[in-house]
Amino acid sequence: MDLDTLLSFKWSAMAPEFIILGVATLLSVIDLFMKKEASRKPLAWLAGAGVLGALAAIFMQLDTEVTSILYDTYRLDSFSKAFKILLLLGTLLVLVLASNYKKEDIEENRGEFYYLLLSALLGAMMMASSADLITLFVGLELLSLSSYIMAGLERRNKRSNESAFKYVVSGGIATAITLFGMSYVFGLTGETNLFLIAQNMQNPELLKHGFLLMFAFLITFAGLTFKIAAAPLHMWAPDVYEGAPVPVTAFLSVVSKTAGFVILLRFIIITFIAAPGIDSESLLLEVQPYVMILAAATMIIGNVTALRQRNIKRMFAYSSIAQAGYILVPFVSNSSLLFELIWFYLLAYLFMNIGAFTIIQVLTAQEKSNDISIFRGLFKRSPWLAVPMTFFLLSLAGIPITAGFVGKFGIFMGALGLEPAHYWLAAVMMATTLVSYVYYFNVIAVMFFRDDEGAKVSVPSGMAAVLAFCAVSTVVLGVMPDLALDFFYGNFDINEFFMNIEAVDTHTHDH
Amino acid sequence: MNAWLLSILIFSPLLGVLVLMFVPSTDEKSIKWLGVLGTFFPLGIALVVLSAFKMGGEGLQLTEKFSWISYEVFQSKGQVSYPIFYEIGVNGLSMVLILLTAVVSVLAAIASFSIKQNWKSYFILFFLLEMGMLGVFAAQNLFLFFIFFEVTLIPMFFLIGRWGYLEREKAAYSFLIYNGVGSAILLIVFVALFMKTGTMNFEQLAYTFSLPQAELNQLFITKGFKMGMLIALLVAFAVKLPVFPLHSWMVRVHVQAPPAIVMIHSGILLKIGAYGVIVFGAGMFPDQFKSLAFVIGLLGVINLLYGAFLALTQTDVKRVLAYSSVSHMGIVLIGLAAGNESGMTGAVFQVVSHGLISALLFFLVGALYERSGSSELSAFGGVAKRMPILAGVFLAGGLASLGLPGMSGFISEFMAFLGLFEKMPVLAAVGTLGLILTAVYVLRAVLAITFGAEKELHEPRDLTSSERVPAFVLLAAILFIGIYPAWLSDMLRPTLDAILLGLGG
Repeated sequence: MDLDTLLSFKWSAMAPEFIILGVATLLSVIDLFMKKEASRKPLAWLAGAGVLGALAAIFMQLDTEVTSILYDTYRLDSFSKAFKILLLLGTLLVLVLASNYKKEDIEENRGEFYYLLLSALLGAMMMASSADLITLFVGLELLSLSSYIMAGLERRNKRSNESAFKYVVSGGIATAITLFGMSYVFGLTGETNLFLIAQNMQNPELLKHGFLLMFAFLITFAGLTFKIAAAPLHMWAPDVYEGAPVPVTAFLSVVSKTAGFVILLRFIIITFIAAPGIDSESLLLEVQPYVMILAAATMIIGNVTALRQRNIKRMFAYSSIAQAGYILVPFVSNSSLLFELIWFYLLAYLFMNIGAFTIIQVLTAQEKSNDISIFRGLFKRSPWLAVPMTFFLLSLAGIPITAGFVGKFGIFMGALGLEPAHYWLAAVMMATTLVSYVYYFNVIAVMFFRDDEGAKVSVPSGMAAVLAFCAVSTVVLGVMPDLALDFFYGNFDINEFFMNIEAVDTHTHDH
Repeated sequence: MNAWLLSILIFSPLLGVLVLMFVPSTDEKSIKWLGVLGTFFPLGIALVVLSAFKMGGEGLQLTEKFSWISYEVFQSKGQVSYPIFYEIGVNGLSMVLILLTAVVSVLAAIASFSIKQNWKSYFILFFLLEMGMLGVFAAQNLFLFFIFFEVTLIPMFFLIGRWGYLEREKAAYSFLIYNGVGSAILLIVFVALFMKTGTMNFEQLAYTFSLPQAELNQLFITKGFKMGMLIALLVAFAVKLPVFPLHSWMVRVHVQAPPAIVMIHSGILLKIGAYGVIVFGAGMFPDQFKSLAFVIGLLGVINLLYGAFLALTQTDVKRVLAYSSVSHMGIVLIGLAAGNESGMTGAVFQVVSHGLISALLFFLVGALYERSGSSELSAFGGVAKRMPILAGVFLAGGLASLGLPGMSGFISEFMAFLGLFEKMPVLAAVGTLGLILTAVYVLRAVLAITFGAEKELHEPRDLTSSERVPAFVLLAAILFIGIYPAWLSDMLRPTLDAILLGLGG
């Protein structure tokens, strides 16, 4: 690649990534040269400004056509824009949590905390924009490695160390599984570019290797369920969520999960859409039962195990497993509603979960405990915390007038819409939702029904802003979901997702 | 103004919420009075709606329709949109139920004077509950119906769990889970109907399902699908009504919730179940409904007898009334099963009549509890001597409940059984046993309390003037319907006629 080709790329497409990369680098340099005892607090502002700048850049890109640079390893289409907005928004809110997280342990690493958040975000954004196995994987690893360190940020806290260690080990295994599966895909098609893989999938030669393809799908899919914390690779979540600092938990449960769904959509949908199955049917149809069982198992395991949790962080870990199960349901039905349903649910989930974690952070810090009893009598003590928390919990439980309900309603539409309708999957989702009422309402009951003369809870202004923003968004999206849906329809074109604009001839075929 | 009238009515309880926000939570007196005033406001608007409502007019009136949410689906035939509208309106049936809601809410708010703590949050939830109930009856599409349906659920959970008696939390949970199961089934049915037909509007759905089967097959709507949907709907509303064996939650709620909330619950919330069966069951799937008529009638008779037998053996007057509600809801099912004019009229009359009677009786039980700290039958005796008015109203309420001619209970039971005798005489004959049992358990409870040896109550004062208002208003309404049922039946006629037309007479 000579300089001319290098300059011929439309680098402006990557503006958001460059902003994040630049700010992250800047932060690490500043952190290096700052006096050891100087407060790193102000760095949060810089990090926040970087994320906001990247968000602004994306909004300015909304009208641009599909752009692909670096031989289609990086592409800017409406899919990547839509999901990058989620990633950036989530990280922005988590940054506020992080800057308000007070623990002796964290102070010396505070600078690191900010730029690791940004580098994790960068990885996630790269995943949203990749159309090549290699860049997808690099993005995934960047996100993972940054997350491993963040989980163990409280160096003298045993739990935090345990969390990081478990995360590294299980994450490593999951990565290996994913790579193993991807190697089959590469072996069968001889390509790393997703669109070329999709093209080669139609090769009649492959009809003979239906089993291998199926195997590749099963393995890759299983590996990728790690990031979204769905069965079979979900067991890490409770331990990691429990030990990690609260902002990191919030990041893992929202941003990292979103990124997991991004890679699932990108990789699975594009490459396997035209893949032949073992019999005459297409592969995606044949693997439906498999995905269905995974989704059902995830919902059941998450919700049922959450019932028994007394530790609020563990409870939310299982809750987030369950939520991943719900979002997997559209994958099964695989209708064209897929993108909007997942996008909307993730948006709703972002607000309700980060909102809930904001309150959890405030309460766990004040009460020095993770037990559910920290919520005792919260309505009496601080009604302005109890009421938004109630909204978040109702939304997570899928009760109307909240964003969570509209999200779930959409998922039901997807599940029951196409022939054949997936009644039993919808029934499992509904039944497990009922189970979830028990533990979500248990928190509500503790807040409202138990009286406790505990201390009033003080909320830093930054946290209060996040709380208000999340609560208002949860309710507004519940009452007027069209605000988000219209934005999505206005800017998202499903055809772009499948459009291979990098003409085949510019790419050198060497086989 | 008229164009927005119904929306103003539905959301009018929110004004009370707004005002209460600015009252300090320790100011008990103002909160209670504002609480009562806040329910008068919806009542006033309900009366305005009533005056704007053309009696005997056909179809929906005062309709409003705005586009709300639209899902767009890319399909092979191109982009198909699945729009969801905000659409409301009233017909005779929903008008009656809205009035009932507004009236019972006012009276329940007055009864809420006995609430001992946290008045502010109590009344805020109370208003939200009222909004939900008004919305349920005014909604004209499945989505809106479901939302308002759930809106009643959450405030009820809090109201039971926070202000109830000793085992309130258990009652709140069993309320939540049972009703949760009901609404879960409901949601699946609603989404399935939406995705098959592309509409959520009641009238359009009823129209779609009345198309000849050949056309329906093109929409993948088979007879089996229709039957499945109907059965699922019936199960969902059977939880709410409640139908034996799904009634245990309701007894628990009636015993544990504060009396004012029980007035609302047994007066109105249970009626949502009946309303749902009428509108969705008989209204949308008339053919399938008719083929299930015997099962529905049988369940009705079982409810009637089972509730009556258990009411007979209870020692707690609240439980007597709770099982009496189970029993009386059986009569609604009996009327619906008959599926003819008298049966349908009887069922709807029973809905209204039982709403009034049970509100009255639970109000009085609340008043008795205030005076004695107990609701055990054995704690009372000779109440008539010290508190003649309370005892008198209680006796009158009891007589209405057992179906004394001249009171609302008689008309509804008579009509419902008249209908059933025409269609299924044997079942109806068995059912009449229940009427005898009703007389026995009602008199047993009422007489044990009002007459006999006088027992010490720690506060033996008669109904106070603020307590007399709800008692007398409810009693007057019960008598009014009993003596002049034509007013109610005129209002209901067009709606019932439309449903009967579907059922084929």
